[in-house]
Amino acid sequence: MRHLLSAADLDRTQITEIFDLAEEMSLVQGRPVKKLPALRGRTVVNLFFEDSTRTRSSFEIAGKWLSADVINISAKGSSVSKGESLRDTVLTVAAMGVDALVIRHPASGAPWQASRWIDAHVLNAGDGTHEHPTQALLDAFTIRRHLRRSTPDLMSFDGQTVAIVGDITHSRVARSNVLLLTTLGARVILVAPPTLLPPAIDSWPVLTCTDFDEVLPHADIVMMLRVQRERMSGGYFPTPREYTMSYGLTRPRLEAMKPGAAICHPGPMNRGLEISADAADAANSLILDQVAAGVSVRMSVLFELLGGAE
Amino acid sequence: MTDLLIRGADLIGRGRSDLLIRNGRFVDPADAGGDVEQLDADGLVALPGLVDLHTHLREPGREDAETVDSGTLAAARGGFTAVLAMANTTPVTDTAEAAEHVAALGARDGHAQVVPVGAVSKGLDGVELAELGLMSRSRAGVRMFSDDGHCVSDARLMRRALEYVRAFDGVIAQHAQDPQLAGPAACCHEGEISGKLGLPGWPGAAEASVVARDVQIAELTRSRLHICHVSCAETVDVIRWAKQRDINVTAEVAPHHLMLTTTEVLGYDPTYKVNPPLRPNEHVEAVQEALADGTIDAVATDHAPHARHDKEHAFAEAAFGMLGLETALAVVMETMINSGVLSWPELAKRMSITPAHIARLADQGRPLAEGEPANVVLVDPAARAVVDRAVSASLSRNNPWHGRELPDAVVATIWAGQVTYQKGQ
Repeated sequence: MRHLLSAADLDRTQITEIFDLAEEMSLVQGRPVKKLPALRGRTVVNLFFEDSTRTRSSFEIAGKWLSADVINISAKGSSVSKGESLRDTVLTVAAMGVDALVIRHPASGAPWQASRWIDAHVLNAGDGTHEHPTQALLDAFTIRRHLRRSTPDLMSFDGQTVAIVGDITHSRVARSNVLLLTTLGARVILVAPPTLLPPAIDSWPVLTCTDFDEVLPHADIVMMLRVQRERMSGGYFPTPREYTMSYGLTRPRLEAMKPGAAICHPGPMNRGLEISADAADAANSLILDQVAAGVSVRMSVLFELLGGAE
Repeated sequence: MTDLLIRGADLIGRGRSDLLIRNGRFVDPADAGGDVEQLDADGLVALPGLVDLHTHLREPGREDAETVDSGTLAAARGGFTAVLAMANTTPVTDTAEAAEHVAALGARDGHAQVVPVGAVSKGLDGVELAELGLMSRSRAGVRMFSDDGHCVSDARLMRRALEYVRAFDGVIAQHAQDPQLAGPAACCHEGEISGKLGLPGWPGAAEASVVARDVQIAELTRSRLHICHVSCAETVDVIRWAKQRDINVTAEVAPHHLMLTTTEVLGYDPTYKVNPPLRPNEHVEAVQEALADGTIDAVATDHAPHARHDKEHAFAEAAFGMLGLETALAVVMETMINSGVLSWPELAKRMSITPAHIARLADQGRPLAEGEPANVVLVDPAARAVVDRAVSASLSRNNPWHGRELPDAVVATIWAGQVTYQKGQ
């Protein structure tokens, strides 16, 4: 694997490989000395054009536990206003001799452009409203672990229904999850008001529904998406109250969930808006498992990209 | 000055004849004397010099991207003998003095006639009318006004502008794009591809709804309205309706909208970022059909040079626009002539005669006949070549046709009797 730009880059076998390796990597987390020599001498740069605490630190820890030299570069602010083009920034960083660039950018597609300009491996850590493949990987990894508690030899998500609820239009998490979960065989249902469903959604390999309550009893996994602050005043829905009543995972909805179904949220959560505190902290909430899985999955991905013979 | 004898060209596809040029005009070929330069046009089609209603020359202001010199040289290489220079320069062409400055640059540096387009509103800000009358009475003789790059979105301002320019036979050229339906971040066509790429887009409705409004205002004011760069089927429907009602509206289409589709943006290459955006194939077919049946009157390039660094940002942040002057005729030949949809006389109308009439250019788009100004382009209907963006007169390289095989159309361009471009020289 040269780059990881899209969740669509991965087939079922590759995903399984990443997950199996991530299971091994997760053992490191339990050790007193959390260090593997796998990427010693390799340099990973986290090039973040947008603020991010959890994704950046997750990549940073993943790289460090693999003994890579990890450098964080924050390049916030639009390249147009700074007067330096994206190409210049990327070439400048690459010229320092890095092996992998982990790129987070507020504009969709930036990692694709970067991958055409440089020789280093490019890892998409979230581009605009497009994709966030490692988030989808860690979500699916968490779901796999959850499902394996009852079915230990589970290999695919065939027969599982995942409801993704919220602002689909502006969600890179949703796009990557749709691609990855359908590759794994899950049935994906997107739940959102029509104003937050992307154009031409009929062309996606998913079902859509504007009524959360209709979907809820059928979902094995309920994945809640964060409502960004700027959307609240963007006229996509009338009020936060109406949103919560219609699309929030409220206490009554928590109780209406299918027995055995689990809750995911990519974080950070707006408690009380898209998810109630009861749901966030419920016994069937996988939210903290997702965070823990993030490090293992990113270790696995970094190893897949950089660990082999060059 | 020596005479120029063009031998054996097929005049607008109507039959072979010689053309003799003396002192900038066509004269009877039988009068050819001893002191005559000859140009063998056997197998070539002669068309009246092309007229581009929509060119961004970037001078004054962005001479790193294009100048009047380089832009009109690109025009000459594309077969154009006149270009309408859009007003969104720095400073904006919104006063008589600014218009005269552009005209003077054209007179000094131009390899084609340079006709300034005046801004509709001061500073293109869409609030107050620019000095339309003074620009029209200036030495630049402005007849076409446009805030191109911005939509005149205020209906009242649009009404006043349309009414006002009636006094001097002016035309308002509208960049139709509802700023609310096409939000500030919108950067491509809204549809299946934008949804999957996570790029904010704008739908055809954002264009067509403004056109629908403006044709109603044009009917009300009995004024001349021109619609810039029609990109979608919805707009075609509105214009067709308006023409059936005899509303005084004309429209142009850009070459790229005749061939390129939204799929080009799949790799996030900002070369294909353009306003209005590339649309899906059904829209490409709709504008081709409209150009064929005359619903769309003209082809106009929207030649939009950009310095390389302005295109090397993330897709959403990169500049809008693509080059067009050098390849326009080739693209129209490829899509309309080679497919048998348009004849040579019809192409001459769409790319020379009608645009000259819309812009009220007396010396352009004229018949290739004795006594007429010698503006002519010689076209090889058979030659083909792969477009190389490095081989260009433009100072910019945002060429969406790079690497594609297209007709290698233009053999020579003659403006006012002077050869402004000749292939291989």
